Amino acid sequence: MRNVLVIIKKQLKDTLKNKTVLIQFIMFPLMTLVMENAISLPDMPELFFTKLFSVMYMGMAPLTSAAAIISEEKEKNTLRVLMMANVKPWEYLLGVGTYVWILCMAGAGIMATGLPAADIPFYLGVMAAGFVISIALGACIGIFSSNQMTATSLFVPVMLVFSFSPMLAMFNDKIEKVARIFYTQQLRVLMNQMSFEGIKPESIMILSVNAVLAIALFFVAFKRKGLE
Amino acid sequence: MISAKGICKSFADKEVLSGIDLDIKPGKIFGLLGPSGAGKTTLIRIITGQLGFDSGEVRVFAKPVNELTGDDKKKIGIMMDDHGVYDRLSCTDNLKIFADIYGVPYSEIGKALKETGLADSAKKPAMKLSKGMRARLQLARVFMVRPKILFLDEPTSGLDPMTMKYIHKLILDRRDSGCTVFLTTHNMEEAAVLCDEVALLNEGKIVDRGAPSEICRRYNHQKTINIHLKTGEDISLAHGAESAEKISSLIEQGKVETIHSSEPTLETVFIELTGRKLEAEEEIRYA
Repeated sequence: MRNVLVIIKKQLKDTLKNKTVLIQFIMFPLMTLVMENAISLPDMPELFFTKLFSVMYMGMAPLTSAAAIISEEKEKNTLRVLMMANVKPWEYLLGVGTYVWILCMAGAGIMATGLPAADIPFYLGVMAAGFVISIALGACIGIFSSNQMTATSLFVPVMLVFSFSPMLAMFNDKIEKVARIFYTQQLRVLMNQMSFEGIKPESIMILSVNAVLAIALFFVAFKRKGLE
Repeated sequence: MISAKGICKSFADKEVLSGIDLDIKPGKIFGLLGPSGAGKTTLIRIITGQLGFDSGEVRVFAKPVNELTGDDKKKIGIMMDDHGVYDRLSCTDNLKIFADIYGVPYSEIGKALKETGLADSAKKPAMKLSKGMRARLQLARVFMVRPKILFLDEPTSGLDPMTMKYIHKLILDRRDSGCTVFLTTHNMEEAAVLCDEVALLNEGKIVDRGAPSEICRRYNHQKTINIHLKTGEDISLAHGAESAEKISSLIEQGKVETIHSSEPTLETVFIELTGRKLEAEEEIRYA
């Protein structure tokens, strides 16, 4: 476990100096605070921006940052140095995953400040589940990519599909029919209901399938490519 | 300390290493010499357990390499040519990561930075270091853990002569403190200065081995003494009693500008054995 903590500590230090990753964690929480306080239109649903940006944050920040961190370490051969120092691949991946999850949850905590106190545990639970799936997908991309450029060309389309499809689904029924198979859309539906009682079995099933697929893909990627 | 018997390794159809035998004694510097693509890095990766091999046996600390424990691995320091550093972190923070992993007290960081001449750059981000300073930071990283075995893959490749000399001193100091050093290089001068024993690797095979001076003597076929006279004339005399009188006479007459024996260098031995130059590829790369 010590090595996992070392990786988390290293990432915390590194992120403060890595603006491209840091902005991923800050942008949506900041935008949420600004938009919720600055814009109020008639007939606008309650907490519109919080829910909209939360889903985008969930599909974007953990996925891109996990992929960027892993691919950068591969490109610069620092990952190999860690492996040579007897850091196990699972320790490294768990360290990076935990670090990304913690920072994303901190961002979600900021976004939750506008919510009624009673809704916050449910909201954070939904966000936590979404972050885990996105991190697994980001790690897959990081493992598959030998450098940051390859990672970027892979994660941009994946991130766009998962983070923007719930927003587009609000305006187009056809897109909604397709988007409902994605975990981000299901988590958005849950967020609209904002109660444990309102969770439908269909949502649980779709979320489970997404989670299993993401984790299975992660193991396939790791088995085929390892961390070399 | 390190032994290998009959190591063979192929990538696809190409045989990269063929029947490599090694026996490296503790507290010695062993140099593996060969041109780029000879299989040096592959052999280091096999011996350090980073890469599997097709047949043969590798033992480190008298154990098969695949049975080395985490504690055994902590006694091994590896500096590979392509290993990176964390660019955005300072030198100290780079070393702190590995101090945490190896359980080394932070007080060792300052010592390692001082030893490698980076004490003044401790707070500088690694991205602002020169190539030579980055190489020294990598050395500080492996020195900090006080390894029993040090693997150095082309440690001075592409560095200026001053930095190269500085790194040589660090390696020799480490050897003097009892560390076994395994280094690869294509620089025969470096091998002659540093190594107690060298092996010449060409196309995956060791073509000769021994102490650098011993190898050079072994291939001293000409056994001549070359004299450059002040008049500009060059003369070669055979080793032997009959030449002694003539040399003595030339010196007494003050005619001698320079005088050398004809012992070959590791470079010329390598060319004789393989028909290839050790640094040929490197010269092309920097041309």
